[in-house]
Amino acid sequence: MYSRAYKTIVSAPPLLWVSLFLLLPYALMFAHSFWAVQDGALVHHWNIDNYRKLLANPLYADVLFRTMRIAASVMLCSLLLGYPLAYYLSFHSGPRKELLYQLVIVPLWVSYLVRGYAWKTILGSEGVLNGFLQYAHITHAPVGFLLYSPFAVVLMLTHIYTPFVFLPIYASLEHIPRPLVEASQDLGAGPISTFFRVILPLSMPGLLAGATFAFVLSLGDFLAPLLVGGSSGTMIANIVQTLFGAVYDWPLGAAISVCILLITLSLLFLTERLEKRWSFR
Amino acid sequence: MSHFSPIRRSPLLAAYAALVFVFIYLPLIVLILYSFNRDGVGGFPPQHLTLDWYRQLFADGPIWDSVLNSLLVAAGAVALSLTLGLLAALALDRASFPGKALFRRLVLLPLILPGIITGLSLLMFAVLSGMQLSLVTVFLGHGTALISVATTELFAGLQKTDRSQEEASLDLGATPWQTFWRITLPNLKLSLVAAGLLIFTLSMDEIAVTFFLIGRDNTLPLEIWGRLRRGITPEINAVSTLIFAVSVALIIIWYRIRTRGIGAEAQQRLERP
Repeated sequence: MYSRAYKTIVSAPPLLWVSLFLLLPYALMFAHSFWAVQDGALVHHWNIDNYRKLLANPLYADVLFRTMRIAASVMLCSLLLGYPLAYYLSFHSGPRKELLYQLVIVPLWVSYLVRGYAWKTILGSEGVLNGFLQYAHITHAPVGFLLYSPFAVVLMLTHIYTPFVFLPIYASLEHIPRPLVEASQDLGAGPISTFFRVILPLSMPGLLAGATFAFVLSLGDFLAPLLVGGSSGTMIANIVQTLFGAVYDWPLGAAISVCILLITLSLLFLTERLEKRWSFR
Repeated sequence: MSHFSPIRRSPLLAAYAALVFVFIYLPLIVLILYSFNRDGVGGFPPQHLTLDWYRQLFADGPIWDSVLNSLLVAAGAVALSLTLGLLAALALDRASFPGKALFRRLVLLPLILPGIITGLSLLMFAVLSGMQLSLVTVFLGHGTALISVATTELFAGLQKTDRSQEEASLDLGATPWQTFWRITLPNLKLSLVAAGLLIFTLSMDEIAVTFFLIGRDNTLPLEIWGRLRRGITPEINAVSTLIFAVSVALIIIWYRIRTRGIGAEAQQRLERP
């Protein structure tokens, strides 16, 4: 029904724009990772030394593993908070459902920086939590280990990603046909057995989507470590950021970015496959 | 679904859900509370409530310059990403071209990838093409990255609209151009407003991509970021509180528009024979 001219007019501009401003920049990232720096200047000399450096120096692997541990903790914590919340809202919240749902999604879009900053003021040694602990006579001197630690990074990112994880889980719980749940109970399964044998498997696509999201976005985060992580909370993206800034070794930074990108894309690919396997329609 | 009776009352689960809500909201409440605290951020309980920090904030030139910069960038990003996102949504909905599946994935990448990847890629592109880093590069970055949001929202909007109206318009002799302005666009009005609000909010708050594309003039998040290094004062709480309030207001409007859109759609379905 649409003419060829119409189709060309609607598809050509976004196609050109996205190729120029998205595909080309991402391709440049790959290209840089095979270039080199000599005497403080970038030279377009193709080589794989950057990747060799990454393998040779255990520091990079250490930081990458720490980053993955942090990202996995964030994923797990946000699932432990987000799943029960979604389950409660979907099955038990009654008439307040709509209001509660909106209460969860509002912070979803509220500034990352505002939420990160809030944790900084709470966790600091002069911060609100320490003030409270001393006021309540639980401690007598400020507790110093709260801020500037991997723990603070996990806490802040969990706070940010819990609503993100909640959303797809809630959507998949809402899609579960209620008669299935009733049937399971009519046939004699208890609530726990119904949950593990009917509800949890059917909500798997949402759970996977949320978990991947939390993991992937935490994996590439560099702001939380700068804000609340300190040196013990340094993550892989901080190394990239330093290489692109003070150290000025773009090719090496690009090589690490490519690694992050590949981990991210393979995880997304894997989740997509798994989601298809688990989805029931 | 309303007739579905809960499996059974579970106070434990309800208490747990309440705790999660406390976890989500407590930091924000603390942040707001301490923006009124005369003695700075920290200490407990907050004493001597004052509006001094807001007064200081309103007299703070650089902050308001950065607000203006952020507004300019966000307005530009909305215009750019809505235009390209609308075309992309139409293309995905109606045209077939080589690489369509790849295009669909590529457009969504900035939404899924960590901001640092997109930010650095765009930085390399800017440097290679000889662009000076400035608010223009930030605007191009936001506008391009947020095509993802515009495309998703508008594609969903297109799927909901009734295509027979466009068919009728074309059959009755209107040109495709007239049909676009008189049928396609008005049908997408709600989706356009909703997407625009969302993109505006996201652009105003964006920091990870902006971090690498910023020149001499700061956006509001980057201005706050710079100040955090110099130590924290309740003035930052005050400005964060205002950002929070504006974000919430915009999100509520966005949500209203969306639910109204869904409501209208449901009604349309009911009225159809």
